[in-house]
Amino acid sequence: MLEKFRANRREAIAVAVLLTLLTIYLGTHPRGASTYVLTIWANQCLILALAAIAQFFAVIVRGIDLSVGAVMALTNTLASYVLVGSGIELAGGVVLVLLAGLGCGLVNGILVVYGRIQPIVVTLATASVFVGMALLLRPTPGGQINYDFADAMTLDVLGIPTALIITTVVIVCFWVPLRRTGLGLGLYAIGSSEQAAFQSGIQVPVIRMASFALGGFFAGLAGLYFSFVTTTGDAGIAPNFTLNAIAAVVLGGVALRGGVGSLIGAVAGAFILKTIGALMFFSGLPPLAQPFVEGLILASAIAIGGADILRVRNRLEVFGR
Amino acid sequence: MTALAKHLPDPDTMMPFAGTIVMILCGSLFFPQILGAAYLGQQLQIASFLGVIAMGATMVILLGHIDLSVPWVLGGAAILSTSLAGTQDPLLTAIAIPAALIFGAAIGLINGFGVAILRIPSMVWTMAVNSMLLGLAVLNTGGFNPKGEASGTMTWLASGKILGLPTAFVAWMVLTVVLAAFLQRTGFGRYLSSIGYNEKATFLSGVSTPSVIFVAFAIAGLCSAFGGVLLAGYANQAYQSMGDPYLLPTIAAVVIGGTSILGGRGRLLGTVGGVLFITLLTSILSVMQISNAWRSIIFGVIIIVMLLFQTLRRKET
Repeated sequence: MLEKFRANRREAIAVAVLLTLLTIYLGTHPRGASTYVLTIWANQCLILALAAIAQFFAVIVRGIDLSVGAVMALTNTLASYVLVGSGIELAGGVVLVLLAGLGCGLVNGILVVYGRIQPIVVTLATASVFVGMALLLRPTPGGQINYDFADAMTLDVLGIPTALIITTVVIVCFWVPLRRTGLGLGLYAIGSSEQAAFQSGIQVPVIRMASFALGGFFAGLAGLYFSFVTTTGDAGIAPNFTLNAIAAVVLGGVALRGGVGSLIGAVAGAFILKTIGALMFFSGLPPLAQPFVEGLILASAIAIGGADILRVRNRLEVFGR
Repeated sequence: MTALAKHLPDPDTMMPFAGTIVMILCGSLFFPQILGAAYLGQQLQIASFLGVIAMGATMVILLGHIDLSVPWVLGGAAILSTSLAGTQDPLLTAIAIPAALIFGAAIGLINGFGVAILRIPSMVWTMAVNSMLLGLAVLNTGGFNPKGEASGTMTWLASGKILGLPTAFVAWMVLTVVLAAFLQRTGFGRYLSSIGYNEKATFLSGVSTPSVIFVAFAIAGLCSAFGGVLLAGYANQAYQSMGDPYLLPTIAAVVIGGTSILGGRGRLLGTVGGVLFITLLTSILSVMQISNAWRSIIFGVIIIVMLLFQTLRRKET
């Protein structure tokens, strides 16, 4: 038990912080812990959580994805065209949007693996392309999506917010099994040491491609869920989400040097970030001071969570990381 | 012989310059006015704003780090200098530019502290610093465009001319030469690249690596602040989020100029080429009256193509 806690202490700390923040939030919210409050909170959190998962798949293999927000913008604007009608049409639309996300991720992966360009630079450039495509689709925010379907995805089932159910499904039915497959293990191996992974017979190019493709898929999912919440298409959402997704994974204990952390941590980090923002709103601080305090909290959280200096035994150790 | 070879620019450095010339020639086939002195002079002036910022960014990227606090160091310096100059007080107007530069260097030291002492990845630390600066700016200006105006010196720096050349361009070139000399003639330059290659080995050779990191980030902050002063002089005001459009083009300019994003390899001259290339690309695309959307797509594709060329060439050699 203790051993298990130690191995997952980063996630455990993140989840504990999240629960504390959530308790304070529900305590200070004028309407208290109602399904309504929880649903709105969970919807906002889930959008960022999906973006953070996308970022997680890039970071875990020692990369970084600056195109997360751009893929979200592209899939969001696409969704504002195709998520109309009903039944089979709607399902086709969802598949199309997710395929678009997957495609974007694959393009990133191909350029990183076969173009041999650093991920940060590749995604910087592809982000520009994806945002351009989003602007082609929707030069100004607009369009709409099927309201009944959007409601079903963003309200609650028997008092439990749908967003929380989706979060649980992603973790239990996707991440937990994936972690035990060769792919899941390979992600961590490449992130820890690409050379060692290669020499152990891991197919580094394939796994790296898969990692970026998964990242694109989840960015697409984030764009799709953003469409459900806002029910319009907007090409201007990219910059905000990209940077917040990076902050979220770091808050969740995922190391930017790769190979450390888990998807659960990334999700918890995203929830923490959004909860801090929501807390600010009801904290009674003057509105003009809120962005600064939010930035301060973010900086201190990152400083404590990301600072390697706090856990080194030897001065040289900080360089080896 | 080796001494001579060292002074000859390598292909990575020259590629963006070649790209710029090809672009000007191709563009002039459709729009003859591109070859005019008026147009090119204006481009040099606009390129200087990005160029000044990119010089600082090159230092940090050579270290193997990245500075994401550019937007609000730039914005903060612009707000600070315009509000000082806007008081019409002669003394406060005189210290507008130095105050902005000191502000930039101070933020750079804060960045350096997080990276060198706390050992936080520069990408997240500078991003957090950026969001704190944003918060401070909102707190100070109330979210509106700050009042104030540029001083005469700032306007002259941004829009004036010396011997027919834009003052901003001359300032950028002076900055480049000074920084290049600093990199080539002092130990600092060698330490900078060697930290980018291998920080542990550099530390073990007796170099005080934290102080090198501090200096590099302070220079980067200073350059971003100077960029903010120039932009405020150009627009005669500071406005919210004026720095946002400068973050990613800066990184793109540095990388196109042949500097490795992993650190250790690169030259300031390459960045100058990268800046000219990106400025002209943006400008020609807007002269051609291409929509924003297509401009963004073409911009991304061309950056990828340039980088693919770099890797292809390296594979051959």
